Amino acid sequence: MTSHGIKDRVAIIGMGCTQFGEHWETSTSDMAIDACEAAFASAGVAKDDVDAFWLGTLTSGFSGMTLSSALKTDYKPVTRVENFCASGSEAFRNACYAVASGAYDMVMAVGVEKLKDSGYSGLHRADPPNAGTGGSLTAPARFSVIAPSYSRKYGVDREDFKSAMTRVAWKNHANGARNERAQFRSEVPEETIRSSPRVAGDLGVFDCSGVSDGAAAAIIVRAEDAHKYTDSPLYVKALAFAAGPGTGPIDPEFDYTSFEEVVRSASDAYAQAGVTDPVEDLSMCEVHDCFTPTELVLMEDLGFSARGEAWSDTLEDRYARDGVLPVNPDGGLKSFGHPIGASGLRMLFECWLQLRGEAPEERQVSLRGRKYGLTQNLGGGPGECVSFVAIVGAEEG
Amino acid sequence: MHIRDPRVIAREPHKRFLTGICADQSTSTLAFELTSIYILCHDDGLEGEAGVTTGIISYGAYVPRARLRSDTVREALGTGRAGRTRAVAGYDEDTTTMAAEAARRALRGAAAESIGAVAFSSAHPVYAAKTNATAVHAALSLPARTRAVDRCGPERSALGALLDGFAGSGTQLVALADTVIGPSGGADEIGGGDGAAAFVLGSAAPVAELLGTGSATAEFLYRWGSPGEDFARTWEERFGQESYARLGAASVGQALDEAGLTPAEVTAWAATGLSERAVKQLGKSTGLGSVRADDLTTAIGRAGSAHAGILLADMLDRARPGDVLALTLLADGADTLVLRVTEAITALRRGETVAEQIAAGDDQLAYATFLTWKGLLSRPAPRRPEPLRISAPASLREARWKYGFTGARCDECATRHMPPQRVCLRCGATDRMKDEPLADVTGTIATYTVDHLAYSPAPPVIGVVIDFDGGGRFACELTDADPEAVAIGDRVQMTFRRIGEADGIVNYFWKARPLSEEAS
Repeated sequence: MTSHGIKDRVAIIGMGCTQFGEHWETSTSDMAIDACEAAFASAGVAKDDVDAFWLGTLTSGFSGMTLSSALKTDYKPVTRVENFCASGSEAFRNACYAVASGAYDMVMAVGVEKLKDSGYSGLHRADPPNAGTGGSLTAPARFSVIAPSYSRKYGVDREDFKSAMTRVAWKNHANGARNERAQFRSEVPEETIRSSPRVAGDLGVFDCSGVSDGAAAAIIVRAEDAHKYTDSPLYVKALAFAAGPGTGPIDPEFDYTSFEEVVRSASDAYAQAGVTDPVEDLSMCEVHDCFTPTELVLMEDLGFSARGEAWSDTLEDRYARDGVLPVNPDGGLKSFGHPIGASGLRMLFECWLQLRGEAPEERQVSLRGRKYGLTQNLGGGPGECVSFVAIVGAEEG
Repeated sequence: MHIRDPRVIAREPHKRFLTGICADQSTSTLAFELTSIYILCHDDGLEGEAGVTTGIISYGAYVPRARLRSDTVREALGTGRAGRTRAVAGYDEDTTTMAAEAARRALRGAAAESIGAVAFSSAHPVYAAKTNATAVHAALSLPARTRAVDRCGPERSALGALLDGFAGSGTQLVALADTVIGPSGGADEIGGGDGAAAFVLGSAAPVAELLGTGSATAEFLYRWGSPGEDFARTWEERFGQESYARLGAASVGQALDEAGLTPAEVTAWAATGLSERAVKQLGKSTGLGSVRADDLTTAIGRAGSAHAGILLADMLDRARPGDVLALTLLADGADTLVLRVTEAITALRRGETVAEQIAAGDDQLAYATFLTWKGLLSRPAPRRPEPLRISAPASLREARWKYGFTGARCDECATRHMPPQRVCLRCGATDRMKDEPLADVTGTIATYTVDHLAYSPAPPVIGVVIDFDGGGRFACELTDADPEAVAIGDRVQMTFRRIGEADGIVNYFWKARPLSEEAS
């Protein structure tokens, strides 16, 4: 595979992110406008300065008109992208390429999702008409299979693995409690998490990410233009995407303890950015903690933990806000909430704050001279997913 | 060999079948003019016609796993009978799926390619304006040239379909299924049952030869109901007893005459009907009562259209070569058939016996769950979107997979794919696939989960990942199982089930169920 990357060729000059949560009084259009206006203000630019737009949303609207009709973007191109839960990241990736190609000077990536208008708990998606032979399992059930599979493969006691899952939820709630934009803003005792009502397999309610409404946006220009707008741009070091063959559920060799799509996209991203040791080179990362076992497996797939050790590394608080490598310092999907199309850009928003030293003091991580932040955004389920990895940094090089 | 033109081609007086036509229907004496219809069961045109005998080539019964105990009903309602249980179709079963399961068992002992026609009969078919037998046909992966028709109606239609199956040309598969419900605490609720039976009929080495049949018909009201009514109603039982006993005697006499046998030569007699008192009286009057087989009603209830078939299957399960078996049904008339078991029965490949299925029942079904499954108790809908109706064109395109559970095997690297793929997941070869029938392949649970959130009339949903014997993996629902008892390494088999219903369209597909016995 040839992947040249666009390291340091584009930069983010402004970002916006709404509060995530149950926004009964706010529409999809409202949230998109709010996130965009915050991004314009952040970059000190006007809507008319933006040449083209990319909109990521899973179910909250069709076509670029979802954004153009809300924001009135003056007949400029708006591309609506959908790539499961990585839709926001995918909007960002394509927007970056548009600037890097020279086609536009300034572009915008917007992610938005309105989940709480459906009247249903959890995520639901309208599949194309089909023969009715697909599975009926919910997302938590599909991801819950990781727990027994991992425990069996590495000889980990199911209770110990549950403790590690609980620690992930506890950590992300503790981080979210320090984030004014997060859906859930309270620390939750580990015993409460552990004994929460079962949703699927070993997953309790507290092992699942928050179902919420929200939007986030980023404005991107060529790197050489960035300082026209800000003294502290965020440079894009790597953008990687992997769409899997979807064969996990029908391949006897798939063992539900790794996402090959993540391994591939991470490997590509590290090569683009020149990262050789992610734990040494990254100061923080935002990963797709849709369910607590997912975050554990991601620590291994991203190369942060050795195989079979993410659970114990997590229990040793290696990924806590003050740990060796802070993971999800903004609370993650777990506590910040997961409005699908917005989540990828929300992850970048935390990098925007943390790497530029603008995170609130109570959750600012110690950068310790490390240059990069990473976002990893997943869509689909174990063995059948898409994965996005971005690496960004506040300095060139 | 399949006969494309199934017309009756010859007559032969000593291989005849009798249909009773009521000519004079006075209340005191029912006189029957028996009209003989002579039909030669012609197989492949090579055998001498005089040597052709017709009978049962293979058979299978299906009794669903769940049992409702009468004590459970009594605890809920405060009244009711004691000491009985009935079989209950799962929330994901109906007469079509049960017929398919019985037919799959019957096909263990017969070649699917030999089946010339499929007939389905039930008093409670899923569709009224669509043929139900086609789904059974598809679940069996039978070739398109095999005819599939419904013979639905009240339960006499089922035995009629069986009798006509003996008379049909070529090899016939007749599947009978029913689900019986009644008012809470009433006789039909605990005395009814759910189940199916299927028979492969023809002249190719039958395990039981048909020796004679007898029928008697009279128009009178005993049990009735109209389309759209949940429950049937009945007249006074004394009236049914007398009428049916008389009709039964006529049919038994006729059948034994046909067979050239006396009641004393009958090894076992199974009898069932709308009036149990009439059956008992008939047993006394004919002398067959002394060899009457257990009618299974205390164990599984009376499964309407399927019950006579289940009783016949149970007799065949126990039969030895040379045995003479008789079966009588008293429903809107009387029908009796007499069979002689042949040596072929010793070599028959059978599915689970009726007795094994009765023994495998789970009698912990709660009354509220029973009522919910039967649609008699309204429960809150889960906070999940209801499944959409299935697409007819997509279902047609995928019919071999959806209904027949036929996957694909890569010609290049032998990797199994379920569902079928055009591009091999292992070696990447394109369009090098061959059909791979997988419905009868057993497997082992590689991993599983219990989903408390998924939409289901019987939560929680158990999701399993199955590694099939001989290769291949598929993830699907596990049914007929206790969520607490599932474990990695458990053995499973596939079963044809009802996944859901939307817009009046039932979605059928396959699930896994615990393997009750290792297939021989």
